[in-house]
Amino acid sequence: MTYGKIRQVATSLVLVIFFIFSPIFSQNAKAEEEEFVPGEYIMGHITDEYGWHITTINDHSISVPLPVILIDNGLTCFSSGKLHHGEKAYNGYALGFTEETSGSIVKLGGEYADYSGELEEGVVYPIDHVCKYDISITKNVCALLVSIILLCWIFLSVAKRYKDGPMKAPKGLQSLLEPLILFVRDDIAIPSIGEDKYQKFFPYLLTLFFFILVNNLMGLIPIFPGGANLTGNITVTAVLAIITFFITNISANKHYWKDIFNAPGVPWWLKIPIPLMPIVEFIGVFTKPFVLMIRLFANITAGHIIVLGFLGLIFIFGAMSPAIGYAVSPVSIFFYLFMGLLELLVAFIQAFVFTLLSAIYIGMAIEEPHHEEKNSEIVMQ
Amino acid sequence: MTLLASLISPSFGLLFWMVVGFAILVFILAKFAWPVITKSIAKREEYISSQLAEAERINRELATLEQKYAQKLEEAKNERDKVLSDARKISEKMYDDAKAKAAAETARMLEDAKKSIDFEKKKAMTDIKNEIANLSIVIAEKVLRKELSDKQKQEELIESWIKELNMN
Repeated sequence: MTYGKIRQVATSLVLVIFFIFSPIFSQNAKAEEEEFVPGEYIMGHITDEYGWHITTINDHSISVPLPVILIDNGLTCFSSGKLHHGEKAYNGYALGFTEETSGSIVKLGGEYADYSGELEEGVVYPIDHVCKYDISITKNVCALLVSIILLCWIFLSVAKRYKDGPMKAPKGLQSLLEPLILFVRDDIAIPSIGEDKYQKFFPYLLTLFFFILVNNLMGLIPIFPGGANLTGNITVTAVLAIITFFITNISANKHYWKDIFNAPGVPWWLKIPIPLMPIVEFIGVFTKPFVLMIRLFANITAGHIIVLGFLGLIFIFGAMSPAIGYAVSPVSIFFYLFMGLLELLVAFIQAFVFTLLSAIYIGMAIEEPHHEEKNSEIVMQ
Repeated sequence: MTLLASLISPSFGLLFWMVVGFAILVFILAKFAWPVITKSIAKREEYISSQLAEAERINRELATLEQKYAQKLEEAKNERDKVLSDARKISEKMYDDAKAKAAAETARMLEDAKKSIDFEKKKAMTDIKNEIANLSIVIAEKVLRKELSDKQKQEELIESWIKELNMN
């Protein structure tokens, strides 16, 4: 069979499966009787959760249970399956059901302090407290651990390949990654930090780049263990940005601080009597990592929201009438594919931008005074 | 509103795991993966660039060698041509010389032959003359003998010889 024939068969197969299942999806959404709420649906996918929800078939949800770990009067561990997506309580622990506590685990109070079992609708359960120190392996933590293991496996095996034959031509995974490693070195680290000093920061930049890239790509895979919105999570991007912030400011030299508090090439009346420029520059120290955090978070989350929005259209229209659901599905799928490809690009670009800006900030902080014109050049970029 | 808040509020558990996990990741990769990879790449790059430089050097050397070789070949060709032309000249000269010598020899031989022919001729002539003389003498004797059979005639003859002698 030629390639064209295989493609033809595959296309028709996909279409057949798609048309067989699309009414089920639409009916399913209807059968639940609960109205399909696009906002909740999208948010449910991009925010964190206990247990990894995969799908719901005939009102029966299929999910990967993950351990809930709470530091609440000692260590408490149990499976997220015990909570049954908020329908059950376990030893007095339940998913938050009020608006303020949603998304976290609460300890029930009063007579329900050690209650295990179904949570009835209409009953008002007293809340003793919200569990603050909750280090559960949630969906995002699970994705994080998976990505860490994946990264370690990839790079340790690649490192072994290098160790076994340093003079051999790269092969397999190694030849996929070597251009990326060289890209980080030759287009990010060296131009931003400088040939003589980049080596100290290179391991961090490489780890950062590949961590973001791998998690961005894993986020695009729709099924377990992909699909978690890890790099679109503010906590994750905040940690990365804070690390860059610390590295930048700890390794900063005298010249950098002098330029912040006494910026060169600025009229004196912007510094005395009101130190306008120093204040602006000092705020800049914090806005730089803040922007890093927001950019990655917003880009990835927005991508996920748009993709989910296009898929949600199928259910919205399917809820109106299965026929409209049919009609909308191909369009939605087309846009979903389009966005998916765009997200593939964004996954790379955002990893690149985060790493590049981190490198530029570090480069600015450790720059020696004699090339000032180069400094302004980098800021312009 | 709470949905949005949950989106932008950091969570303690993820923060904890992210800090721990990322620290472990950086530690493992920075200790076991990146140094090996970057050093190997740098080493290989150095190796490749040195090999390229070496190849370039060898190429350059080869080009000069080729040039030298071509030059040598040219020289050898010239030499060969020269030798050939010299040889031709020599052979031509030798031929000419031989020809001249042969001609001279021929001439000399002809001369010799002529000389010897002349000599033989003279000799033969002399022989013939002698023979003729002898024959004449014999004939003369015979004639004389016949003529001088009577006395008168002898006297007449002697007288004629004396006359002749006197006249001389």
